[in-house]
Amino acid sequence: MAAPLVEIRNLQKAYRRGGQMVPVLTDISLDIFPGDFTALMGPSGSGKTTLLNLIAGIDKPDSGTLRVNGLDITGLSESALADWRAAHVGFIFQFYNLMPVLTALENVELPLLLTGLSRAQRRDRAVMMLEMVALADRMDHYPNELSGGQQQRVAIARAIVSDPMLIVADEPTGDLDRQSAADILSLIQRLNSEVGKTVIMVTHDVSAAHAARAIIHLDKGELMDAPVARH
Amino acid sequence: MFFLRMVLRNAFRHRLRTALTIAGLAVAVLAYGLLQTVVGAWYAGADAASNARLITRNSISLVFPLPLSYHARIRSIEGVTEVAYSNWFGGIYREPKNFFPQFAVSANYLNLYPEFVLDAEQLLMWQRDRRGALVGRQLAEQFDFKVGDMLPLRGTIYPGTWEFVIRGIFDGSDETRITRQMLFHWDYLNEFVRKARPRGGNMVGVYISGIVNPADAAVLSREIDAMFRNSLAETMTETEQAFQLGFVAMSDQIIAAIRIVSYVVILIILAVMANTMAMSARERTAEYATLKALGFGPRFLVLLIFGESIAICAIGGGLGLALTWPAAEGFGQAADGIFPVFQVSTQTAAWQAGCALAVGVLAAIVPAATAARVHIVDGLRAIA
Repeated sequence: MAAPLVEIRNLQKAYRRGGQMVPVLTDISLDIFPGDFTALMGPSGSGKTTLLNLIAGIDKPDSGTLRVNGLDITGLSESALADWRAAHVGFIFQFYNLMPVLTALENVELPLLLTGLSRAQRRDRAVMMLEMVALADRMDHYPNELSGGQQQRVAIARAIVSDPMLIVADEPTGDLDRQSAADILSLIQRLNSEVGKTVIMVTHDVSAAHAARAIIHLDKGELMDAPVARH
Repeated sequence: MFFLRMVLRNAFRHRLRTALTIAGLAVAVLAYGLLQTVVGAWYAGADAASNARLITRNSISLVFPLPLSYHARIRSIEGVTEVAYSNWFGGIYREPKNFFPQFAVSANYLNLYPEFVLDAEQLLMWQRDRRGALVGRQLAEQFDFKVGDMLPLRGTIYPGTWEFVIRGIFDGSDETRITRQMLFHWDYLNEFVRKARPRGGNMVGVYISGIVNPADAAVLSREIDAMFRNSLAETMTETEQAFQLGFVAMSDQIIAAIRIVSYVVILIILAVMANTMAMSARERTAEYATLKALGFGPRFLVLLIFGESIAICAIGGGLGLALTWPAAEGFGQAADGIFPVFQVSTQTAAWQAGCALAVGVLAAIVPAATAARVHIVDGLRAIA
């Protein structure tokens, strides 16, 4: 059996609210394997987004270990963590989080500024990613000139342009109509099945969760059960 | 290029807000430049004055004259090369608003002022004509005076109508020289005074002494004053520059107020610019968090904000700077000769550019520090 890509042991996280520590995640232990497409489900406040943020390295746990591809990311400095995210994690946000002053092409090219690629190489790669999400004809459009579904596809192209091993998606269909949501889920499924990307997706939408290969339920900061394999 | 594009597009994201900020910056930089030019113009006379010339006046006040007999005695002091003298005339040309300085001067006066350049033939013509007058180029241009023109003045200190003939027009040796004045023969004035007040003749307003070494100015000044101590007309001698600064000092508080206003203008625009940048940065918290999530470090965000702030200030400051010269020309004309020299100095222009840059840098400090500290998770929530 392959080694887990994400290995979580006894993870704890609490936030201070009104002078009181409120536990958000309690003793989470979990493995996610390369090539998995895992949905994190649970009611609001269950800690699913916090867990996703910890796995993506944009937040730090209070205790426990969190290894990604064998590296304990909890011990990395802010700067090392930023470099690690740039190289290994692709982000898909609920509200797309595109830079409004950049065109679709420039938004996709943005993460490549952190690589050693030349301007021409960056552009070629960004164009290729836009072709993959079927938006090559809109590359010079600004985000406000695109529909929600198109913006999310640009965001997906941005997430995969630096070829990360892990894609984290936080409610990627939460701001979209049914048809656009289906298109986006289909695209994410293709990234998982055809390109082999490991995807962790937070959602509270059951139909969206069914696009994943496995579903993990969280409630009040605790894992409700072992991952449920769907495929 | 990518970074620069991002900076400029961010700068013009809210076009109206940026346009108003740029307009404010341009006006502030322009106002600063004009006010500093006013201050510079105020000091122009003193700046043009020499330390190699001493002015000797009555120690009680400039209003009281000195005997002509002092001339030979001052000239006898070792280290003094030449001594000229002059009297303030105070005449009116047509109307009081046409004010310009007029001096009755000794024949050798121009020997001490090499910065006034006069054609040798015109100098000769002036020396030969008792009623002859010399006018500076700036004055000639203001009133369209030409050589040979009659120049009538109505005397105030010396009553009556005085008629002079312009025999020469002198230029300044460089653009900073003030040539908005008229010179005529002291002998001509003295003839009138002796006729009108027989006991009031042979008196001069100030003596101007050329000295060999400016470093000896203090010693020679003391020597001159010591020579006339306990006389009926004790003297006070100082360098020409100190003498001129004495006049400027009379309006010291006005100049200080102008200076303060010029600094306040910059402080106000700094506050406006800082507010613009703070608003922009606050609106973009989620974008900064996104950039951080993608792997960009705080340094990138800091450069982005500083770049935007400096770009706006460079455009506004550049506009203000470019407008300063035409505005100064218009201001100088509107002031109708109050300031004989009203030119924007290179130093003022450099300060304007420096102030614009400083505003750009200072206004970005707090927003940049805030953006650099944005916690990704909190920042991402700002979008919802």
